[in-house]
Amino acid sequence: MARQIYQAIADGILVGGVYALMAVGLTLIFGVLDIINIAQGVLVILGAYLSYELSVRLHLDLFLGLLITVPAMFVIGVVIQWAFIRRLRGRERTSMTLLVTYAVALIVEGILYEIYGANPKQLNASYVQSSVHVLGFYLSDIYLYGFVLAVAIVVALYAVLYRSTFGRSVRATMQDETAARLIGIDVNRVAAITFGLGIAVTAAGGMVFGATNTFNPNSGYDLISRLLAIIILGGLGSIGGALVASVFMLTVESLVDIWSPEWAIVVFYAALVVVLVVRPTGFFGRQPVRAQ
Amino acid sequence: MGSTVMRTQRATAGLALIVLAAAAVAFPLVFSSPVITNYAVYALIFVAVVSAWNVFSGFSGYISLGHAVFFGSGAYTVGIAARDWHVNGVSVFALLPVAAAVGAVIAVPFGLVALRVRRHTFIVITIAVFFIFQLMAANFSFTGGSVGVAAPFLPWNPTSFNDHFYYITLGCAVVAIVIAVLVRRSRFGLQLRAIRDDEDRARGLGVRTMKVKLTAFVLSATVSGLVGGVWFLYLTQVQPPSGYDPLFDLSLVLMAFLGGLGTIIGPVLGALIIEPGQLYLTIRYTSGYLSEILLGALFLLVALFVPRGIVPTVGEWVKRLRTRGRPAVEAVPAPATASPPEATGAPASEARR
Repeated sequence: MARQIYQAIADGILVGGVYALMAVGLTLIFGVLDIINIAQGVLVILGAYLSYELSVRLHLDLFLGLLITVPAMFVIGVVIQWAFIRRLRGRERTSMTLLVTYAVALIVEGILYEIYGANPKQLNASYVQSSVHVLGFYLSDIYLYGFVLAVAIVVALYAVLYRSTFGRSVRATMQDETAARLIGIDVNRVAAITFGLGIAVTAAGGMVFGATNTFNPNSGYDLISRLLAIIILGGLGSIGGALVASVFMLTVESLVDIWSPEWAIVVFYAALVVVLVVRPTGFFGRQPVRAQ
Repeated sequence: MGSTVMRTQRATAGLALIVLAAAAVAFPLVFSSPVITNYAVYALIFVAVVSAWNVFSGFSGYISLGHAVFFGSGAYTVGIAARDWHVNGVSVFALLPVAAAVGAVIAVPFGLVALRVRRHTFIVITIAVFFIFQLMAANFSFTGGSVGVAAPFLPWNPTSFNDHFYYITLGCAVVAIVIAVLVRRSRFGLQLRAIRDDEDRARGLGVRTMKVKLTAFVLSATVSGLVGGVWFLYLTQVQPPSGYDPLFDLSLVLMAFLGGLGTIIGPVLGALIIEPGQLYLTIRYTSGYLSEILLGALFLLVALFVPRGIVPTVGEWVKRLRTRGRPAVEAVPAPATASPPEATGAPASEARR
């Protein structure tokens, strides 16, 4: 029994790393643009399909393929922000951005259905099936690689945000958009690049997700609701919080899964509700959520 | 002078309402085909639900993406109660108040938790609660798991089946609209809109915000639960993904935004436009996913070109047309020395600026 619990915790931490890859982009976009990007889930799946295309047609290694899919998703992100989100202003902006990003999700999902149909797919590579035996636990190779990738990307994002001029303007925009504009920061450019970065990160998340799960165009909805729960729990706009909350939530789910797989996901959402009742800011909230 | 204008306006509005009511009642007599009444029934179901949604979300500004919780629970309540209490035939309609009550009972704890937070976080919590309910419906045994629940057989002639439901859903829609009108005109409705505009200030001015928000939420949930029960009896079955459907909530949002959030006619108009359109597309393109892409495109068009909704935008046009060539504000009586014939004409355009 104890063994099972330790294994579940190890699994939860590793899977949590994969979710962090997807959640970090979402929380970054929220922090800078003050919008919730409902399309994030479907864009993760789009990233998975791009990786699928590269590995099946061009026989490219999955991790090598990221060199193509990550920039491609960056461009897609910038285009979405420039074409649709940039224009939204005014009092109903919160709900309008929700509508717009949901519309993007619907369109992307519909196109994916037209191209690939509803049959589930999975990415394949030599390291997808294999696993290593460490201290008596079996750890899947792909999850290990994915976790390392997640940590590397989060570190890279931190470096960009805290050690570069661009990062400084991003943080300034997060703190106070008007003031940032006044001191000469091109807020529109910052917003476009941040949105692009947030989407680019999901390409990596999508690849690891696609290698560890079967997916079809519809998988985005389940993902987005989990990601939303994670970033709220971590504190909206907090990258470190997203990382911690992913690991926490997925560990909880993985532990409940030992007793009852059906109820594991319910506990996942219930955990969100319980935490918010006790602490409305989430784990690392910058400001009380209720004050926003 | 002003009162005559107002009286004629009121008379025109009353006349229009009577004509509309007559048309609504006569509709199934004129279009007796079940194919057409099917569209009408669905449209009316959504008119009722979106009006109920609007009472909470439109007036208070808290966008709920969790109303499917009440709708689906209403549907399940009628199904489970009819199954376990062995209710048959037309008497199942007596179970509808139970569906409404269940909607209200769920809304109290849901609201107490969700209404503690604002904006984005509120939206996300409603989504989370929505998924909890969908998963519970799929996992519990009394809800029939993934198979769901079937409605008892209604002993109605198939040719007139839709007509019965047309009048029932028409009744629901009228009730929901009347509730929305009454709330909007009341002090309570004013408090809700004060919360939408600035919640902290509203609280500072003595509005008991939590109580007001929760009351609106529960009221909205009650109507949604009731209509969910009617929907279930019409469709005769409910499964977890159909009862708790994420597209349902987004359709409500789209309808309200297309028509005009927070107005009375706006969401109704939105439902009458979107629901038949959506139904047509899903029937027409059963295999492809074109309907989904088109729906997404419609979302984008609405958000980018009529962001405030049809009713407020058209209302502005009408106002601009009416005031063309006339000062928007009645001119102050000029001093006796000024020449009176100039009151209408050239200066009007200047007065408008």
